[in-house]
Amino acid sequence: MVVVGAGIVGAACAFYASRAGLDVTVLERGAVAAGTTGAGEGNLLLSDKAAGPELDLALRSAALWNVLSDELGGEAFELERKGGVVVAGSAEGLAALHAFAAEQRAAGVASIPLDAGQLRDAEPHLSPALAGGAFYPGDMQVQPALAAAGLLAAARAAGAELRTGVEVLGSELASGRLTGVRTSAGLVPADYVVNAAGTWGGEVSARLGGAVPILPRRGFVLVTEPLPRVIRHKVYSADYVANVASDRAGLELSPVIEGTRSGTVLIGASRERVGFDTTISIPVVRQLAAQAVRLFPVLAGICLMRVYAGLRPYCPDHLPVIGTDPRVPGLLHACGHEGAGIGLAPATGELIADLITGRPATVDPAPFDPVRLIGAAA
Amino acid sequence: MTAFSFDGRPVDFAEGQTVGAALVNAGIYSWRVTRRHGTRRGLFCGIGVCYDCLVRVDGVPNQRACQVAATDGMTVTTQTGTGHDDFAC
Repeated sequence: MVVVGAGIVGAACAFYASRAGLDVTVLERGAVAAGTTGAGEGNLLLSDKAAGPELDLALRSAALWNVLSDELGGEAFELERKGGVVVAGSAEGLAALHAFAAEQRAAGVASIPLDAGQLRDAEPHLSPALAGGAFYPGDMQVQPALAAAGLLAAARAAGAELRTGVEVLGSELASGRLTGVRTSAGLVPADYVVNAAGTWGGEVSARLGGAVPILPRRGFVLVTEPLPRVIRHKVYSADYVANVASDRAGLELSPVIEGTRSGTVLIGASRERVGFDTTISIPVVRQLAAQAVRLFPVLAGICLMRVYAGLRPYCPDHLPVIGTDPRVPGLLHACGHEGAGIGLAPATGELIADLITGRPATVDPAPFDPVRLIGAAA
Repeated sequence: MTAFSFDGRPVDFAEGQTVGAALVNAGIYSWRVTRRHGTRRGLFCGIGVCYDCLVRVDGVPNQRACQVAATDGMTVTTQTGTGHDDFAC
């Protein structure tokens, strides 16, 4: 089995497949975690997902992250059970947030409604103007590059091979079935090829003859100077959930702010559909900083150390594409996780291993089946 | 020559010199104490990338000594930890 891509999803596919006894080779064009994995915040969120298939995948992943933490040592990839706090600015916004949280609770996501006073107890530096919020104890975070490296190291210990600097160029077929991939380093034979190329999954899928529509959505993360622990959780505005699900092409902004163990505060989140352009936009950075200060006035005098840009890979219907491609026997897709790939990676990897080995899947694979996208691909 | 003060003592500098360059020129090699292990820090990369040479300038912490141009009468002090102990909660 060949896995294309050494981001978090490719690493998880390699991990679960090699644990299942498959002979795995990971091919990566650049370096481990060099794409979207290395450009995010490493959030493992339940709080931003409405009841449905993506939440089911996230819940399974959260359980697996806890197992991985015990097995591989969560310290090694900075797993932190920091919890999420979602805030609302108005009474109507708060009522909608609490209704959303109640639906999530029915689907298995723990949350605690917070009034304005309880919100201040949870995050003392939040603006006093907020109406209230909700606390999600199940939201976690990892350092994503370390997590990808940790999963790959464990996969290699189970027999997998990792080859970086190798680009996949096309497929090798016999009687219509995949027998391997042509690469910049020659032919690599395989019975199964998993497209885990993230934002570049659309291009890789086309090269392998089973195009799926994966598109980039740019985001920036602002990093402050290290501070004492002034922000305790991941804190974001209830507007964020609406922005993630939006189909608008223009700039969308919602404040997402969190302290980290290293002391830096991370500030997001912007979403723009501007192709593969990762140029930093100073006006967008300024708006992100301004809305962070509105939520946490204490940040007003704090310096930013750096800003980084990344591309979230999304499918037109905002669900990842995970499963076998009926057009090219032997080809599977595991990409299009948008901004949730770190959180969704373990359940994705487990599902890919289950589909190849024929084991019963833990999560219903039907909503993620590539079939739904075929015909929509360019 | 003009001068700024570092922890109360005068440090001469030439026009256009950075705080970090002037400090090193005066034989001062460290001006920060790290937040975890309490070890001393001064210039490392010297080109604004590594954020090792952080120092407090006119009361504002986390200024890169290698990037801040020295000015006459500036008050430079050793930075301990994040420089934001007042924020702790």
